[in-house]
Amino acid sequence: MLSSQIKSNEIVFGSCNKDLLEEIIFYGIGLGADFVEIFIENTDNSSVLAEEDFITSVSPSFRRGAGIRIFKGKKDGFVSTNDLTKHGLMRSVSQAIEMLDITDNQKELFNGLNKHRDYSLSKKKWINEVPSIHEISEKLLVSTKSLKKNNKIITRKGSYSRNLQEVIIASSDGTYVSDIRLHQTVGLNVIASDAQYRSSGSRRFGSSGMPNEFRLWDHEKAANDVFESSMNMLYADYVDAGQMPVVLANKFGGVIFHEACGHLLETTQIERGTTPFENKLNEKIAHESVTAIDEGISEGSFGSLSVDDEGMEPEKSVLIKDGILKKFISDRAGELRTGHKRTGSGRRQNYSFAAASRMRNTYIAKGKHSKEDLINSISEGLYCKSMGGGSVGATGQFNFAVEEGYLIKNGKLTSPVKGATLIGEAKEVMPKISMCGNDLELAPGFCGSISGSVNVTVGQPHIKVDSITVGGR
Amino acid sequence: MNSREITTQISKAADFLNLKKWDYGASFTNDYSVQVDKGEAKQLKASQKQILTIRVWNQSNLVGITTTSDISESGIKKALKQANIASDFGNKNESTEFSPLAKDPIKVKEVKKRNPVGIKKLLTVLREAEVKLLESHESIKSVPYNGLSESFFERVYANSEGAFRSYSKSQAALYLYARAEEKNKKPRSSGSVKLGYGADDIDIESCIKEASNKTISHLNYSSIKTDKYLICFSPESFLTIINAFSSMFNARSIIDGVSLSNKNSIGEKLSTEALNIYDDGLHEKNISSTPFDGEGTPTKRLCLINRGRIENFIHSESTARIFKTTPTGHAGLGSKVSVSPDWIVVEKSDQNFNLKTSLDHSTYEGEFVYIEELNAIHAGVRASQGSFSLPFDGWLYKNGKKISIESATVAGDIKYLLKNIVNIESSQEVTTSGISPHIWVEELSITGDA
Repeated sequence: MLSSQIKSNEIVFGSCNKDLLEEIIFYGIGLGADFVEIFIENTDNSSVLAEEDFITSVSPSFRRGAGIRIFKGKKDGFVSTNDLTKHGLMRSVSQAIEMLDITDNQKELFNGLNKHRDYSLSKKKWINEVPSIHEISEKLLVSTKSLKKNNKIITRKGSYSRNLQEVIIASSDGTYVSDIRLHQTVGLNVIASDAQYRSSGSRRFGSSGMPNEFRLWDHEKAANDVFESSMNMLYADYVDAGQMPVVLANKFGGVIFHEACGHLLETTQIERGTTPFENKLNEKIAHESVTAIDEGISEGSFGSLSVDDEGMEPEKSVLIKDGILKKFISDRAGELRTGHKRTGSGRRQNYSFAAASRMRNTYIAKGKHSKEDLINSISEGLYCKSMGGGSVGATGQFNFAVEEGYLIKNGKLTSPVKGATLIGEAKEVMPKISMCGNDLELAPGFCGSISGSVNVTVGQPHIKVDSITVGGR
Repeated sequence: MNSREITTQISKAADFLNLKKWDYGASFTNDYSVQVDKGEAKQLKASQKQILTIRVWNQSNLVGITTTSDISESGIKKALKQANIASDFGNKNESTEFSPLAKDPIKVKEVKKRNPVGIKKLLTVLREAEVKLLESHESIKSVPYNGLSESFFERVYANSEGAFRSYSKSQAALYLYARAEEKNKKPRSSGSVKLGYGADDIDIESCIKEASNKTISHLNYSSIKTDKYLICFSPESFLTIINAFSSMFNARSIIDGVSLSNKNSIGEKLSTEALNIYDDGLHEKNISSTPFDGEGTPTKRLCLINRGRIENFIHSESTARIFKTTPTGHAGLGSKVSVSPDWIVVEKSDQNFNLKTSLDHSTYEGEFVYIEELNAIHAGVRASQGSFSLPFDGWLYKNGKKISIESATVAGDIKYLLKNIVNIESSQEVTTSGISPHIWVEELSITGDA
């Protein structure tokens, strides 16, 4: 629909809102803002939970709102609201202007919005293509049934979540973009018990922009994987603490790079002065075997985007090349405040957060070794087959729980061990990644940070860390 | 629309859709917050948010739910329709009803109404706090994480049988997290959080002082030898661990098979007889208190551990019915109603004769590890297995000296920890998550670099 055909006093999804958006941006610029950005969102979510052999929760939800960001110099004011009327949006602009105490008359130019870039055209049918609640429920119940492989499994859960997000982004540099994003995720969890022994197993799968993906998900393979993991760990002893070499498995093993190093390469960390890598561009920060990438373009990956939350198409950013730091992950505020060019990484959980520099699909590139090469090179150490969650502290220390671990003795995998935690600092550990396998795989996850929880992919091939502190008992 | 009008609107729309039984929970929030960076405003935020969660019961008495931010007439109708569709998938294995206590009187703390002080004042206050913190010690180079916020909200619960509860309150929070750097040493960080009913109620000076003292106290650090140690948990860290394993008292977790307890665990001895633990959402020091839960059940004080034994579980309506007891005011409205504690209070019981009272964190001269703050709870706690392995900030006390521990984790089992409590100090401290004294535990594993 042409903009001249509609003159609405409220944002209407699926229609052209150019006149209204321009009016609001003109209003902000007229009041003295250097830059005005409007992010408008309409989401349709559904989640389903199966426990044992019953569907125990079906939760649809709808959310509509706008986030308005005003820059004056390097300061920014952000206002979010559920009120998508012209009056509500203008009131939010006024509030942001007032917060920033803008009183000068120096006006920036706003030449109107550019031609609409509509990434949603081919995606409008997705809402009708995603599986129905009935279909989801049936498959989840089959999945939880598949987990019932012996009487040691005492708890079985399957969960599904679908997020369909329609966004409109407009800003005073002319950006005018619409998009529809679809994320689906499914997870299986078990708890196994035998006398005083207990273990758990879990796996999560996820995709973006692929309405059919849940139908294609191999629930039997997933159930076998979760079951085997819980059985392997049921009678495991606690690991002895100490310094040792470790091999981290591919897929979700990449969470350690994401948390320990990836966050330190976001420009928000430069802004805060909390990254040790701030002045290390083009310097060696990792072992020469390490090349690390952050991108938003792998088709179907959980962290992929057609366009970021600031209206920029995502790029493939080589962060570290052969151990040398090459790039930081940057958003609009990051470029303004640190000088690092935007990388299409401005992301937010929803309209109530201002976008920030965030990772997308982040992984260590594959090397030349086989998994066996890595394990054979260790006389005594730990193989971390499955990683749990982790965190990184304000001064760069990280810790990660090992969900499924095995001792390595004389180049062979031996007994399973539980209770292991990997502890270290990125600056010290990155140079110790001495071998990378040839089996790169990615895994989906959720990353919580300054702009909320966003979908990401972590990944790596099997990697060997020459020495790391393993917490245990 | 105000909350009464929303109730009327839902009632009309439900009649139109022939839905006889429904309830809803809603919240309406206005937030204002500021962050600064070396005297400059960094980000200033304001938000207006409304969330409405509607449950409906269909003719088979199965429940469906929908959450929406659209409280217009059409938004409410859409939500009711969607909830009705979802009710076809309602849990046939476990029914949900209104709380039998949803019309009981509630106790509302008398708190003077605070008005927003406004972004400009928040900014001025935070700027001054940042300057004072930076000036408090030459090694404090920045305050990378800081914020001052104020929030004004209303919570509502109503149902088709005439229950209606509404509650408004305000809350403000200040956090200052400083970073200290010295030549040839690793940067060290620590901070403080303070809450108040309004921005004017926050004890800013004590937040600055606490953030400064804590950060400076970690400047001289050393690695610790991996071994078993006598541990003194700060009130904050002990509350963190109790909250992390609160599934032991949670009827929902017990039914779901993810708790260390079972239906018959009432009366089970969990710890030394000297320990009492309560959940007390209405405690006068709890700034975040709410007088009713997501199902409209009044909040109340509940004894969880009495003289070392499990005394009560926390419940929603449905778990209480299964356990043949009454709801305790701990429900969160959802398709599957969640259950969670409000505010934990740890006390020394009257059966405290066997405690080693010489263990006092301010006077004890023997070797011990003081755990100030536990980190990365989501990663290091296996609540269903009872185990934990957590990084912490703290000190090693040895030979009359106190030295910050560079980087270490404490690992163990919650049941072992509770059974090996050797002292509960007399003096309680108020934290943001509850009240507790210092707690001493024998023989927990610490992993360090040395």
